[in-house]
Amino acid sequence: MDAVLFLVFAAIAVVCAVNLVIQTHPIASALSLIGVMGSLAFVYLQLGGQFIAAAQLVVYAGAIMVLFVFVIMLLNEGKERKVKMRLWVRWAGLPLLALFIALMAFIVQRVLPAQQSVKFGAFTSGDAQSIGTKLFTAYLLPFEVTSVLILIAIVGAIVLARKEID
Amino acid sequence: MNIANFLPSSAEYVRILPEIILTLVAVLIMFLEAVLKDNQKGFFPGLSIVGLVGAGAGALIAWGDPGPAFQNMLTIDGFATFFRLLVIGVGILVIFSSADYLRREGSPGGEYYALILFSIAGQSIMASANELIMIFIGLEISSIASYILAGYLRTDSRNNESALKYFLLGSFATAFLLYGVAWIYGITGSTNLSLIHQSLASASGSTALATAAAALLFVGFAFKISAVPFQTWAPDVYQGAPAPVTAFLTVGPKAAAFAILLRVFLTAFAPITAAWMPLVWGVALATMTVGNFAAILQSNVKRLLAYSSIAHAGYVLVAVTAHSGDGSAAAMFYLAAYALTNIGAFSVVAYFSRKGEQFVAVDDFAGLAQRQPGMAAMLTIFLLSLIGVPLTGGFFGKFYIFKAALDAHLVWLTVLGLLNSAAAAYYYLRLLVVMYFKEPGEAAENLPNPGAALRVAVYASAVGTLLLGIFPGWVLDFASKAALR
Repeated sequence: MDAVLFLVFAAIAVVCAVNLVIQTHPIASALSLIGVMGSLAFVYLQLGGQFIAAAQLVVYAGAIMVLFVFVIMLLNEGKERKVKMRLWVRWAGLPLLALFIALMAFIVQRVLPAQQSVKFGAFTSGDAQSIGTKLFTAYLLPFEVTSVLILIAIVGAIVLARKEID
Repeated sequence: MNIANFLPSSAEYVRILPEIILTLVAVLIMFLEAVLKDNQKGFFPGLSIVGLVGAGAGALIAWGDPGPAFQNMLTIDGFATFFRLLVIGVGILVIFSSADYLRREGSPGGEYYALILFSIAGQSIMASANELIMIFIGLEISSIASYILAGYLRTDSRNNESALKYFLLGSFATAFLLYGVAWIYGITGSTNLSLIHQSLASASGSTALATAAAALLFVGFAFKISAVPFQTWAPDVYQGAPAPVTAFLTVGPKAAAFAILLRVFLTAFAPITAAWMPLVWGVALATMTVGNFAAILQSNVKRLLAYSSIAHAGYVLVAVTAHSGDGSAAAMFYLAAYALTNIGAFSVVAYFSRKGEQFVAVDDFAGLAQRQPGMAAMLTIFLLSLIGVPLTGGFFGKFYIFKAALDAHLVWLTVLGLLNSAAAAYYYLRLLVVMYFKEPGEAAENLPNPGAALRVAVYASAVGTLLLGIFPGWVLDFASKAALR
């Protein structure tokens, strides 16, 4: 089961990554990037990196992607494309999607009994507690020095973006 | 787990004293920048120099009690101390040469000095890092500060181009570096250089994966030291950035990048030397050749010195290829000599280019010797040192490098390197000829006398260059004792 799940999400990641490159519309590329990030998060989860998986979703798929989309919006890159939806698509789409997901859930539950479902790899120190402990003991110095790095980035943004007052 | 085991001892705090001092002074400058009136800010260069001298003293104090710090993240040894002192010295000279320049360009500002200090703190971390994670963070601190400095004069479009190119290609290089770090962690299970060494030394079987990881790391470093074929950013960035910043970029971040290159390849990757040596051999030769022959074609002095800086990175790579204690010492000596020489040369260029850097073509230097004989004489010393004429630091730098290469049986690389440095003499001499034997043109009219701070930067660099050429033993002894082997 592990291998199947891994292959599925690895394939999604690769397909999205290729799609990211070949799409001409920047928003489509950005959406593909979310696909890459999301499937990578799952692969991390499978490896036992719970914290990294959550951070991947929250930071990359969430915060950083929003920034990307903002930048694309501000640069006015790419024309909006309108797709005409038929009436029945508009009304039947959501119920059909719900039905499909329910069907998939049913099949998965029938084919695979719960006790031997997913196991999160042999690596067990990927939870927030062990990462936090490492961060404040063995990796204290890199953690602290990173704050200097962020400070410089802020100073740089101000230096390069300020308006001359005089 | 007992947390008390992880509390840093006071000795460990002393070992990062230079970084602490640099960061505190930089933050203090930013604070004062916000609270002081504009006419009260004249002391920022002085304050930065006090901070740098304090950091230098801190580095010497830290050296008095060498050892690892913070769970082996850093290791303070002679090698780290040498490069810490080198980048701090570079900082002092660059600040002397910047003060007049910034006033002339109408853009004095505390951020400039703060960024220089932060950048040097990052380089100082790189010099002492014993862990790939620390190397990465140090490199990023140094690089991001450099990107901003390259674009510091925001209204100048050349500055913008320089900063953008530097940023994009620099980030690209960082991605390679991180990818290499990920591979190394996958292969050896550690990011600590000593543990990587142990793991690679005890591994049996194929070293193909480790070699690929080493190659990825090398690509990352090669970008930072502008080695061929990753040098394309260097001429544009060095030409576009403000002249004192260019002086800083060609020596500070480069010296620190060589420090980590030497440390990673001579300690962690020592067990797979046979695999990486041919790679570095080829890159060294290509870097020297491309740098020198492209420099011959240049008509802009900053661009010429940029290509010359690429070529000099090639000479240092020859010393890395020698992978011996002597090679490491030769590289350290060369970087010190080159730092003094290059800062001096760029300071003269900064002074001569005038407001907005109007006069930076080779022909603009016509007749400089008649108008400003002192400055012309200093530039002569620097150019002779770049050629490698005896009695200058550049001579002994090249001498030790090629001697180390011969001792390591790199005969062909030595021969081709020597031919290269002979070809390089042409473009440096051309600048000298223009300066001394041509009639002064428009550029030499109304040349103001150099300011006091700039004179300090130029004369101090010249004295340093000559001292290294006459008494090389002072620095070489330190380098030999501190060299990695």
